[in-house]
Amino acid sequence: MALLQIENVTRRYGALAAVEDVSFSVEAGEFFTLLGPSGCGKTTLLRMIAGFEAPDAGRILLDGIDLAGTPAERRPVHTVFQSYALFPHMTVAENIAFRLKMAGKEPQTVKVGVKEALAEVHLEDKADCFPHELSGGQKQRVALARGLVNRPRLLLLDEPLGALDAKLRQEMQIELIKLQKNVGVTFVFVTHAQQEALALSHRIAVMREGHIEQMAEPAKLYSFPHNRFVADFIGHINLFEVIVKEATTGHLRLTASGLGEIIAPPPDGVKAGESGWFAIRPEQVCIGQRHDVELKNRFTGTVCDYLYIGDVTTYKVELENGTLIEALMANSEPGRARFFEVGDEVTVAWRHDAGHFLDE
Amino acid sequence: MDKGVRLLKWLTGGPPFLFLLAFFVAPSLIMIVASFRFPGEYGGLAPLIADGKANLTLETYRFFFSDFIYTQVFIKSFVMALATTLICLIMAYPVALLIARSSKKFRDLMVLLVVLPFASNFLIRVYAWMIILGPQAAFSRMINGALGLFGFEPVALLFSPFAVLVGMVYVHLPFMVLPLYTNLEKHDPVLLDAAQDLGANAWQRFWRVTWPLSLPGVYSGAALVFIPVLGMFAIPDILGGTGDILIGNLIKDQLLGTRDWPFGSTLSIMLTLVVLACAGLAMWVSRRRSYA
Ligand SMILES: Nc1ncnc2c1ncn2[C@@H]1O[C@H](COP(=O)(O)OP(=O)(O)OP(=O)(O)O)[C@@H](O)[C@H]1O
Ligand SMILES: [Mg+2]
Repeated sequence: MALLQIENVTRRYGALAAVEDVSFSVEAGEFFTLLGPSGCGKTTLLRMIAGFEAPDAGRILLDGIDLAGTPAERRPVHTVFQSYALFPHMTVAENIAFRLKMAGKEPQTVKVGVKEALAEVHLEDKADCFPHELSGGQKQRVALARGLVNRPRLLLLDEPLGALDAKLRQEMQIELIKLQKNVGVTFVFVTHAQQEALALSHRIAVMREGHIEQMAEPAKLYSFPHNRFVADFIGHINLFEVIVKEATTGHLRLTASGLGEIIAPPPDGVKAGESGWFAIRPEQVCIGQRHDVELKNRFTGTVCDYLYIGDVTTYKVELENGTLIEALMANSEPGRARFFEVGDEVTVAWRHDAGHFLDE
Repeated sequence: MDKGVRLLKWLTGGPPFLFLLAFFVAPSLIMIVASFRFPGEYGGLAPLIADGKANLTLETYRFFFSDFIYTQVFIKSFVMALATTLICLIMAYPVALLIARSSKKFRDLMVLLVVLPFASNFLIRVYAWMIILGPQAAFSRMINGALGLFGFEPVALLFSPFAVLVGMVYVHLPFMVLPLYTNLEKHDPVLLDAAQDLGANAWQRFWRVTWPLSLPGVYSGAALVFIPVLGMFAIPDILGGTGDILIGNLIKDQLLGTRDWPFGSTLSIMLTLVVLACAGLAMWVSRRRSYA
């Protein structure tokens, strides 16, 4: 049985359904992520699991037991708040001890527990500091230690890395993965940063306006998004409006108006005559001089823009029908920022089994 | 520092500073000197210099400590101030909490209600209590009726320490509510969520989070109530009996009644010393562990 089961949960604020008919389950030991744009209901969902809000409909079960009658203070579920919510009048050690004291632990047990928790997040030397004496990353660690000290069944993390700068954020991501593995506590993690979700999670649920759009492992989600919203939200993607000309078991023959034919891998249940979109990631698109490419899907165009970001350069190419396509190229030659100039005639191409067809 | 900024600092800070110097520091110094002088023949003060010598004495201080009655009045005033402060705190805290936790719309209205009594004259409000606590008033009759049921003698509410306490609490309550509200309103509600999340029930959330965070508000409210009550003479005058005089009454009587200015000054200085000692103690208590 799954550790956490969310069954058809709905929560309304007036006429607005912040969370609508959401169902999913989380296995013990999993790092599960809720990913979605601002206002899609992630926090509302977490607050219902934590017990700060009650669902208007549906059930939330932990270990198969309905949590409906259990107030927040008696749920074996802890939250790491986005703003950390450390108690400003308590030292780091007292903040961490809070949970143990509330659980009625002996002073000796509390002391040992706090010490272990501090060691887990490498903050042994900050035990007697007040929160305002800590850096953002250190506060983050205290919040984590406080949430984990009593080993909850479930740790809810609401955009815990949102307030950190990019470099620290990356460091904390790595630490978070390690920590979760070490303590073995199940994490439900909320973020609106898709890269973070991909880097950390075992599974991701992509949310939009209170619904779950798709739920899958990171690589599946990235490579096989179910619809345009997911495709667009996770990473960059090129989208072409197409009509299905021929659907066989081996391949899909699509036509994009003014461009020509695209060969794509065949998804289930697509029939000839359907219209939809063809989606392909920039890194799957090869870019080259006219003759040096030997791929089935091949089009010519003009470079109209590029963006150098260090390890790779993204080229924007205008195709013959006016569509823009992005292609990614690794900068393998030291000291060279680009291989093509604006205005260069180039060929873009991709494998016949790359990209895929979306019907919505 | 920039010259203009420095000039601006003096221009804005200077006048209030001079004002305090002229009307607080100078009178205090005059008072200190007065307490060591002899009383004049017809009240007031004897000349400071007589026969080419400074005409000073410690007589008033000796007198203060020689009669225990003065120390007793000080103790009584102290107890009255402490009781008023505690009752105000207990009454004001729920009110301040209620205001701080209600929606923004109602907050300003409720704060307005709290300060509304200031719109009417202080003495009129105290006199109103004379009527409310008077023997003919419904309140007195109700109390005495209830006491009668249990076979007790009827009591006079007015002109008693009880009436003084009621008046003191009534007048000073807003001075406790406002600083508490100002403090409580700034609390981040997510801290209470965090406490609950970590297993704290409603009482523990109050005692471990709200209360310690509100201590600065409690201290300033307590100071705003305790210090004025210690020196108050109007309320004991109106609502108290002949035996219910406090320090304020003593000082007033010495300065305006018997016109013994040196002794009045001495009492006044003793009061200031007591207040300073209390303030120092409070600061010492609250400074021991700082987090802000
Ligand atoms: N207490 C509330 N009263 C009314 N509406 C609310 C309340 N809380 C949330 N909402 C609404 O519910 C929707 C979902 O809010 P929620 O906070 O869950 O979004 P979120 O996904 O966490 O967004 P973000 O990434 O910005 O934190 C929003 O449209 C929000 O305005
Ligand atoms: Mg949120």
